[in-house]
Amino acid sequence: MSEFLDILKHYDVLGAFWVNIQLTFWGALLALVIGTVLAVMRISPLSSLRWAGATYVNIVRNTPLTVIMTFLVLAVWTQLKISLAHDFALNFFLFAVVGLGVYHAAFVCEAIRSGVNTVPAGQAEAARAIGLPFLAAARIVVLPQAFRGAVAPLGNTLIALLKNSTVAVAASVATESSGAMKTMIEFRPDYLWPIFLTFAVGFVVLVIPIGLATTGLSRRLAVTR
Amino acid sequence: MVGGNIVGGIVVAGIAVWVLVVLAGKGQLSPAMWGPAVDARAWQFYYLPGLENTLRAAAFATVGAVVLGILLGMGRLAHARAVRWVCSVVVEFLRAVPVLLMMLFLNAFFGTAMKDVVADSAFTAVVVALVLYNGSVIAELVRSGVGNLPRGQAEAGLSVGLTPGQTLRSVQLPQALIAMLPAVVSQLVVVLKDSALGQIISYAELLRSAQILASGGGNPLQVLFVAAVLFILLNNLLSWVAHRLARRLSGRTAGRTQVPVTPDVAARRTVRPAAA
Repeated sequence: MSEFLDILKHYDVLGAFWVNIQLTFWGALLALVIGTVLAVMRISPLSSLRWAGATYVNIVRNTPLTVIMTFLVLAVWTQLKISLAHDFALNFFLFAVVGLGVYHAAFVCEAIRSGVNTVPAGQAEAARAIGLPFLAAARIVVLPQAFRGAVAPLGNTLIALLKNSTVAVAASVATESSGAMKTMIEFRPDYLWPIFLTFAVGFVVLVIPIGLATTGLSRRLAVTR
Repeated sequence: MVGGNIVGGIVVAGIAVWVLVVLAGKGQLSPAMWGPAVDARAWQFYYLPGLENTLRAAAFATVGAVVLGILLGMGRLAHARAVRWVCSVVVEFLRAVPVLLMMLFLNAFFGTAMKDVVADSAFTAVVVALVLYNGSVIAELVRSGVGNLPRGQAEAGLSVGLTPGQTLRSVQLPQALIAMLPAVVSQLVVVLKDSALGQIISYAELLRSAQILASGGGNPLQVLFVAAVLFILLNNLLSWVAHRLARRLSGRTAGRTQVPVTPDVAARRTVRPAAA
């Protein structure tokens, strides 16, 4: 047991989880920004923008995240020689954040759209009737209510993002938890089960509070009609 | 509005043209780059064998996930509290652990401790990891499918003298299974996408084969584009089937046949806002 604790310290398991948390934070921020823009495009009165938004969601949602990550490193970085940072590790970290953000933006967009569906049509009509143009009506009237209705699906997307942050290993981020677990298993196969259970329980501990928090939040924020 | 529409269209088309111009400037649109990515050799030795392995893993995983999902789902609805509790813990655990971690662990497990039993550890690890995760998602679909049936269905079963267990098996489950079929088909999109994680443990699925092809030709952009298009086409086909099923089956069950908007994430219990 004490030997296993030494192994945990030696391979810096907490540090690996910290990398996943950072990936999740920045990935979620990027996904929220792109996803909100996409959602506005998809509810806009301009059919060309609606089409562009729907096409983005349809393509990205059907592409495996692993393909996106591999594409970013092999095609964008190696082949097109586009770098996001001079520092090697930071460069891959940023590519992983871009991959996570671009991929989950499609799900954020759909979550916000399901939130928009909880806003009665009369709200948007009233906003337009008092003379607000589309963007102002979306920003001041529709989206604030839509976000309240979208808390639960957004929370689910955040959980999916946290779990998917392990795929960053496909974008050469070796320090996050799936990469760390792989290395630990290779060097200490005698501790296979304890190593796996440590990482698995770590994710359970991270995921369950997010689920509870967003469920509670969505109850509290729901607009009573 | 028409003017705005045209401006929007020009902006979207402009971005597409800009990407193409940049790619052309880097010599990425030349036949020398695309030829090896789409010729007969690429299909015969890389894409098609890769696709076959992807579909094989997905097919095994789907069957296993449905079986495990029904078992765990029934367990969560069981009369005995201990069974309910154990199944709930198992489902919550499997849903919280990233599929990739399970795959890495299972690959090492099958490759060492089970070396004599399992011939192909990577394939088995991909399939079992997908079964465990998607089985837990389908268990939730079973549970919500039974929960969404009108109360009268269970009451009718009980009032004709069936036990709660018999009511579950012969009245509620058959209808819930039909109602959840479209959702299960759209879960296949997740199975197919997650099978690409097999690349990380060197399972020769579509992405892995594409990567090997690209490392020989020095054209990962083109090759991965083709692989992505294949994934997108397959997944679109599955989504289309799911929507057709949802329409066709709606007359055959008292439950709601509905395709979840985002199968990856909507599988978790969503709280409906009060009286929305």
